[in-house]
Amino acid sequence: MDVTMTVNGVESTRDVEARTLLVHHLRENLDLRAANVGCDTSSCGACTVLLDGEAVKSCTVLAAQAAGSEVTTVEGLAAADGTMHPVQAAFRAEHGLQCGFCTPGMVMATVSLLRDNPSPTERQVREGLEGNLCRCTGYHNIVRAALAAAETQKPVSA
Amino acid sequence: MIPAGFDYVRAESAEHALALLAEHGDEAKLLAGGHSLLPLMKLRLAVPGVLVDIAHIDELRYIRVEGDEVAIGALTRDRELERSELLQSEVPLLAHVAAQVGDPQVRARGTLGGSLVHGDSASDLPTAVLALGGSLVIQGPAGTRTVAAGDFFQGFFTTAVGEDELLTEIRLPRTGGLGWAYEKFTRRANDWPIVSAAVVDGRVALANSGPTVLRAAATEAALASGASNADAAAVADEGTSPSADMHGGVEYRRHLTRTLVGRALDTASA
Repeated sequence: MDVTMTVNGVESTRDVEARTLLVHHLRENLDLRAANVGCDTSSCGACTVLLDGEAVKSCTVLAAQAAGSEVTTVEGLAAADGTMHPVQAAFRAEHGLQCGFCTPGMVMATVSLLRDNPSPTERQVREGLEGNLCRCTGYHNIVRAALAAAETQKPVSA
Repeated sequence: MIPAGFDYVRAESAEHALALLAEHGDEAKLLAGGHSLLPLMKLRLAVPGVLVDIAHIDELRYIRVEGDEVAIGALTRDRELERSELLQSEVPLLAHVAAQVGDPQVRARGTLGGSLVHGDSASDLPTAVLALGGSLVIQGPAGTRTVAAGDFFQGFFTTAVGEDELLTEIRLPRTGGLGWAYEKFTRRANDWPIVSAAVVDGRVALANSGPTVLRAAATEAALASGASNADAAAVADEGTSPSADMHGGVEYRRHLTRTLVGRALDTASA
């Protein structure tokens, strides 16, 4: 079936099987490899992308379900001139990356979190990132990065 | 994991969804947010031939006051329940419980109707709806019928919604002025409850204490006859039939049930 969606501002149409998951569509059909397949059971959040502005786990969404929607991945966050999004910059400055596998999902979840709540407390950051697991268990720097991004990015939106 | 093959159809309206169900019979399965169904399909525990995607039927997404009830469209997402100021004031238990479901990404996709029809006894929202009483509106080929919450959950992943029917609306009494509580014990963040207890208006509902969510009947009877919270909580596991699993044995769950009901009763009556 033909599935059309706008990913990072670019509309594309691909012929996909109905059972194709959004994360596979992004990675294999559109060559956007940032969203990772981690647990594949909607637990770890490594596949998190924005779907019509809301953070979702793209391993539990069919590409067909996203037809007609706007999708944003980490690849779509930086400005056209390469300037990093404030959340990306904060992850770099605070060393929130560690091994990097969870980072794209953490960044997208953080973008969504800060859009809903531009000035979160540390507790609210931890609750907002509840759906993302870091196998380095390096949450401390990730939380610091989210709080730092909140300081620098207001009132910018992604 | 990738699900087995199926045909995908997007329904444009409730009537269209019902027509597609009638056309495809038991091959068809309704898809709302997909966060219960797609994991089952990945594991081949569900292998529908046709998925009827109802998530885009906007006419079934609303929260509004109707007389002494709040009416909620079945496709209203957990995130919308959680954020609804109307729910926070009129049915605060439901808004609070919606915020306990999974994690933010899951709540962005999950729907109230999907969670109820899925009928998992370990789910948060069915427990809350059972405690709230109210009723569920089901649309089918023969028209619309309304089922009391207490008759909706019929068994292991089984509800009153037939294969050719669609849950369209959840109607809950306005309980904003009453004490309420939800006590949920989980092994880790964003998990299902090992046991949870919802309390409001003299009703006590339990998750993961049997094949379906159920009322703590002995506790309710004790409260009705004037027993203290502690005495009512002491019989909370009567009539439950929890299963042992890797998270705990039967007696552990019964103990947890009594403990959580006690806490919930104290919070609700504080």
